[in-house]
Amino acid sequence: MSDEYENKAGYQAQSSETISSGGGGSGSASDIDYVRPAEIPEQDLYHGHSFISKWVFCQDAKVIGVQYFLLATFTGVIGLVLSWLMRLQLGFPGAAGFMTAEHYYQFVTMHGMIMVVYFLTALFLGGFGNYLIPLMVGARDMVFPYLNMVSFWSFFVAVGVLLASFFVPGGPTGAGWTLYAPQSILEGTPGSGWGIILMCVSLILFVAGFTMGGLNYMITILQARTRGMTLMRMPLTVWGIFTATVLAMLAFPALLVGALMMTLDNVLGTSFFMPTILKAGEVLEYGGGSPILFQHLFWFFGHPEVYIVALPAFGIVSDLISVHSRKNIFGYRMMVWAIVGIGGLSFFVWAHHMYVSGMNPWFGFFFATTTLIIAIPTAMKVYNWILTLWRGNIRLNVVMLWCLGFIVTFVNGGITGIFLGNVSVDVPLSDTYFVVAHFHMVMGIAPLMVIMGAIYHWFPLVAGRFLNETLGKWHFWLTFLGAYSIYFPMHYLGFIGVPRRYFEMYDSPYMTSAVGMNEFISMAAFIVGAAQFILIFNIIKTLKTGKPAGHNPWQANSLEWLTPSVPPEHGNWGDKLPIVHRWPYDFSVPGSKEDFITQTTPPSEVVETEVEKT
Amino acid sequence: MSDHKIEGYEFKPGFKGMAHDTGSDQTMFKGVHWGKAMMWIFLLSDTFIFSCFLISYMKGRGSTLVDWPNTSEVFGLHVFGVEVPLLLIALMTFVLITSSGTMALAVKYGYEKNRKMCGWLILATAIGGLIFVGMQAYEWSKLIHEGVRPWENPFGAPQFGSFFFMITGFHGTHVSIGVIFLFIYAYKTFAGHYDEGKKGWFTTMKGDYVEIEILGLYWHFVDLVWVFIFAFFYLW
Repeated sequence: MSDEYENKAGYQAQSSETISSGGGGSGSASDIDYVRPAEIPEQDLYHGHSFISKWVFCQDAKVIGVQYFLLATFTGVIGLVLSWLMRLQLGFPGAAGFMTAEHYYQFVTMHGMIMVVYFLTALFLGGFGNYLIPLMVGARDMVFPYLNMVSFWSFFVAVGVLLASFFVPGGPTGAGWTLYAPQSILEGTPGSGWGIILMCVSLILFVAGFTMGGLNYMITILQARTRGMTLMRMPLTVWGIFTATVLAMLAFPALLVGALMMTLDNVLGTSFFMPTILKAGEVLEYGGGSPILFQHLFWFFGHPEVYIVALPAFGIVSDLISVHSRKNIFGYRMMVWAIVGIGGLSFFVWAHHMYVSGMNPWFGFFFATTTLIIAIPTAMKVYNWILTLWRGNIRLNVVMLWCLGFIVTFVNGGITGIFLGNVSVDVPLSDTYFVVAHFHMVMGIAPLMVIMGAIYHWFPLVAGRFLNETLGKWHFWLTFLGAYSIYFPMHYLGFIGVPRRYFEMYDSPYMTSAVGMNEFISMAAFIVGAAQFILIFNIIKTLKTGKPAGHNPWQANSLEWLTPSVPPEHGNWGDKLPIVHRWPYDFSVPGSKEDFITQTTPPSEVVETEVEKT
Repeated sequence: MSDHKIEGYEFKPGFKGMAHDTGSDQTMFKGVHWGKAMMWIFLLSDTFIFSCFLISYMKGRGSTLVDWPNTSEVFGLHVFGVEVPLLLIALMTFVLITSSGTMALAVKYGYEKNRKMCGWLILATAIGGLIFVGMQAYEWSKLIHEGVRPWENPFGAPQFGSFFFMITGFHGTHVSIGVIFLFIYAYKTFAGHYDEGKKGWFTTMKGDYVEIEILGLYWHFVDLVWVFIFAFFYLW
């Protein structure tokens, strides 16, 4: 299969860019291997000695990454349990005896906020970002290790404050994850006192903590790469995380300001977002504020947030697909520019979440146009993933299964996104289960599949052992088929007009066809949720007894697999920093003895092959 | 910036040079200290925070139904029997901009390794900042005394009080944090930490006069933001 590919593929076409054995005989090995000397002196690292400075208040980005990963997963499991409780109520009303409508709203709100911010964002940027960035760009650590540590502990406190809201009078806020004013702080909404204040404080802490981390990620990528590592030689994972970090640095300010103003409205009685309100015949003290302002602030954060989650997923999946189909990523530069383009465009589409908020209709026209333009770079990426797979030497292991699952799911969610991006289609579908199905597909399940693939891919690096493949396949198929059983029917529920965020359908005419479907969806949700514990079991089991992975078990090219010790130690590279000579995608190069050429392989060792100059 | 040389690297002028630097390995901003790059990016993020504040203020001022108070009266000062509009704010702005000047000089003397001058100028900047915060506290107490609160305002729209206290408060917090750091840096300068390259607190990086430039960036930013707040709040 791969031989045939080598013969037919047009690698020779780029002969001007190719270092061939015949051409340019003048250069000796040392000439073509030349990489300019280091610009910056070696980073001086603080090595912890006690248990606390090594594992708790640790300044090693890898440990911080694992800490982020564990805490985000812990919060994610809480979000998962909340979704179970919601599905229990929706599928079998009254089955959870204690559940009132107030509880239901609180669970919806906390599930949304936890999954989007405290689980996915923290996991991708805090978890994968911390672990992979220094390793992939060839740095010893993040540039500001102390700040990085404070970043994690701010996140820790933010999660603590968030979870504390379950135990305060009135419970957590039940305003929906968008926290729209004025209802989020008016009496009658659950958690309108303590709950919403703690939510805002927690978000402010999260933003502060993230800013510290984000500065680290950006400066490490821009200013601390190793010799030979140009921006266009970075793995797409790093590009995805980098662009997402830039988005976060520019989008989180809007959330910070919105949360601060909402706290003041609540605590001091200001009226930033509060219009004149008549309640039970009485005029409240509020007046003159603008509820739409909050929506603008929230979605100026909220939409880039979608891409803060999606872009690292795009980057990671590109690397996984390339490694496991033994082919270079198709259109690397196009992929990079698509990531950057999506990132830029994501700041001009936020009001497509507000078509029914009462904006000027021309706004809807503008934002529908920008929204649909985003389909272009995203579609380019999907085509490139498929073209990377095309005639590749595919290893159909668990990692690849998750990647394929991601592509299918992402296309699915993306297409419903085109429906909802159009104002005239969106208006009747607004606030129905169609929207729920769309965003869960595109930014819930799809990035989650990438996370799962990434766990199976990088676990051998972090722990030095493979995860169990059989358990992994069970985990994949249950999750994949189960997730489709949940969200496919939801599209239909949306079409027949079942509204989202309703505690119960009561005696509405949709009931007859929706009841059976709701029961089915709930059953599937219980199974998918339970299937996730297979992964946790798998991790615990293989941590001690798994098959040892050794060095570079996937025959990958990127730097994180080329550390002297597995798992890498503090400082990553032993005595000498790696020197990079090429991009990380030289797979199946014609003429090469093995089907991969690592980034550190000097050109003089591969003059016999038809490797591209990158 | 002064010309610096990097072994094996050829600088190119203009836009081409920018592209050349971007496409090169190791660093994108050649010869730029990590901390300095970090400060620039942090300030970019902070710019978005203040932009959100000011845009919210414009939106809030636009959507309230009650008249906005006449700012030149509200911020007027009664001196020697005459009403002078915007007097206090003019003084505050003058002090803050002057402190930016002393900061710039401190950076210059720092790079010349003139420890004494550098230290004194940082101290002067810190005192300028302190005077600014003091005058702001006076302005706040004057307004509070006249009955302006975050939730109400005897002169007109209650949003005036809300936005005024929130935005100037947020800016004042920035100035106060800057003042604290200025005092710390003044101490470190006088103690010679930057001459000896002594390691700082909570970091393994060696002390260098570039840190004064980094703090200077922050201070100039706070000053620049004030100009916008001044224009939007007091002159509009």
